[in-house]
Amino acid sequence: MDLRLSEQYQAFRREVQSFLQANWQPTRDKAAIDAFRRKAVGAGYLYRSIPKAYGGSEQPADVLKAHIIREEFSKAKAPREVGGNGVGMLVPTLIDCGTEWQKERFVEKTLYGEYLWAQGYSEPGAGSDLASLKTRGELVGDKWIINGQKIWTSLGDKCHYMFMLVRTEPEAGKHAGISYLLLDMKQPGVTIRPIKQANGAAEFCEVFFDNAETPADWIVGTRGEGWNVSKSTLKHERNSVGSSSGTLSLYNQLVKLVKNVEIDGKPAMKNPLIRDRMMQIEGYVHAHVFSGFYQLTKDSRNESSGLIGAMNKLIHTIVAQDMAGVAAEIIGADGLLMPAEAGSFEAKSRPAGNEKWVNQIISSLALAMGGGTSNIQRNVIAERGFQLPKD
Amino acid sequence: MYFDLTDEQKMLKESVDGFLADTSTDAAIAAYAEAETPDNGKPWGAIVDMGLPAIVVPEEFGGMGMDLLTLSVVMESFGYYAYSAPLLQHSMVALAISLGGSDAQKQKWLPKLASGEIVATFAFAEAGVEGQWESSAWKLAGDKLTGSKTHVVAANQADLMLVGLAGGKLALVERDAAGLSLEALNVLDPTRRTFNVSFADTPCELLPGDVAGKVRDAALVCLAADANGAAQRALDLSVDYAKTRKQFDKLIGSFQGLKYQIVDVAIQQEPCRYLFWYAAHAFDAIPHDAERFAAFAKAHVTDIAVKVARMAVEAHGGIGFTWEYPLHYFLKRAMFDRTYLGLPAAHRERAAQLGGW
Repeated sequence: MDLRLSEQYQAFRREVQSFLQANWQPTRDKAAIDAFRRKAVGAGYLYRSIPKAYGGSEQPADVLKAHIIREEFSKAKAPREVGGNGVGMLVPTLIDCGTEWQKERFVEKTLYGEYLWAQGYSEPGAGSDLASLKTRGELVGDKWIINGQKIWTSLGDKCHYMFMLVRTEPEAGKHAGISYLLLDMKQPGVTIRPIKQANGAAEFCEVFFDNAETPADWIVGTRGEGWNVSKSTLKHERNSVGSSSGTLSLYNQLVKLVKNVEIDGKPAMKNPLIRDRMMQIEGYVHAHVFSGFYQLTKDSRNESSGLIGAMNKLIHTIVAQDMAGVAAEIIGADGLLMPAEAGSFEAKSRPAGNEKWVNQIISSLALAMGGGTSNIQRNVIAERGFQLPKD
Repeated sequence: MYFDLTDEQKMLKESVDGFLADTSTDAAIAAYAEAETPDNGKPWGAIVDMGLPAIVVPEEFGGMGMDLLTLSVVMESFGYYAYSAPLLQHSMVALAISLGGSDAQKQKWLPKLASGEIVATFAFAEAGVEGQWESSAWKLAGDKLTGSKTHVVAANQADLMLVGLAGGKLALVERDAAGLSLEALNVLDPTRRTFNVSFADTPCELLPGDVAGKVRDAALVCLAADANGAAQRALDLSVDYAKTRKQFDKLIGSFQGLKYQIVDVAIQQEPCRYLFWYAAHAFDAIPHDAERFAAFAKAHVTDIAVKVARMAVEAHGGIGFTWEYPLHYFLKRAMFDRTYLGLPAAHRERAAQLGGW
């Protein structure tokens, strides 16, 4: 058991720190951010699992280096990989399953945020049961003609392209009838409608396809292979501590809140119920963080960490909701307000009072839905983890 | 960065598990539990052969000189098999002497503790005293003791007792000392028999070192480990039962309700191992975290262990509540670990104070 990094990795950390010192000044200027990102790729810090030919830095997999890079960039508030579905999902899929021209056409511009991608998976009738999706794709001449509807499309109104699962083989079985298509969103056959959420934000959209078109070769994998294609993941470095570092960060913010609030005229920190509840939560937070250390250790050795990997998301969801519960207890009448900037936990334009926690209290519900509902997580843990028989 | 057991620790755990799988079978646990005055013999037997009583004794005194993390994973196995040998108490006495004893005391006691030829236990709680487990609450005092201690594990087997005295001092009392008498308690967990120990002008020998806090921290980590083992056993029994028991022409594990009951405690229990590992490692190598994380480990892991065990009983249906089915031993093991040395809330309050709250 040794929590220290070896000299090799300590030296690497120093190297990353020097790089950041020399090359990063906090700025919102897009050109400067882009230039920094390209330098960071040149130094081997970003897009490490993407081949150089497509704009990545093509580094040997090293979970600990990836961890150090995340930590140091985060400390310096330096931009890392572009967020979103394009980099997170589409690029690994193309690298694994795409044709050469698709990689050349799409990957690099996605890595640098020039192309933003919408994920076209869920439909009003196909959420947890995604494979029951109905959006149709028909090959007519040299084009796919697409009709149907997608929902929960994050930032759909801001995206250039969509990667989507479409039913192209109606006679085939449920899963075998699905193909993975790429689509240009900017066309008359595509209508995008933002969906307002309970927290006031409108981060999701409905997308309607009315004889929308895409070229025949904008298919990833072959016809009917879409389900498998969507499941492909590159052997990229998993972010084993990502979930728990988010939990810890939220806990630290809650501690700040508790330290600044009074209950019945006395500091909330001294309230015995709050103290006990916070220490209970802190126990879960620490256990989650240490399980992340274990996963990081096992991943760095290409060994399995057992059941815990499938549990991370559900654990974070539940602990975050527990924290929301404590926040609700102590912000008092500020709980009657919503933050000025809907959907944002960190107020961007105006300082928010304790009502910014109202956003977390409501939004913590969304954790139980996005990326697989909590009950689906439970099913996966039970069936794939514990090998319990299916329903 | 290596947050895992070493190969040596894994091998030790494997051999302990192998021994316990053969020795602490369900039938053996039941037999031990049923016996009026169960005799472990010089209980140690194969444990001595594996060197377990020697784990935390320094090598210069015949011990293995290993760390708390190593002891804690053995403790986890003991919990998994509800094994009765008082290795936890014995190791804490060895730790107390090696950290806080005089040279003469170390020479006199440590080799025998390491070899297992004598058995030791500790006596901390005093009946009817507020915060009875905490050293600040101890009232017994003097170089001849008159008074009593309660909830002393394996007092009947112990040749040597470590007794907590007023002012947080620790003293050694030999089993055949004058004025010492025992009264067996009617215990919840029959795998850990406890006693009231009464002293009447009983001679004792003070340990010069001020180590009660450290001994407590190590004991809390070991308890957490034991509880995690018991919890893991209860969980494993539940999963196995779900895969074999049929009702309504289906394996009951196929019902989502049961799946979710199991998963909802499993996601709390799985990370517990890593919390007690960290607490053990902090004791061994990260002093500024040692006390706080020992408190967290005890509070968090034992609370969850009881939740897991209670879920397990429900998951088994009627049979889970029978005496004959071994699950209740693991439930009681977890309940003991949760209460012994202080309830979770008390340790959470300590964690709050130690965190500057």
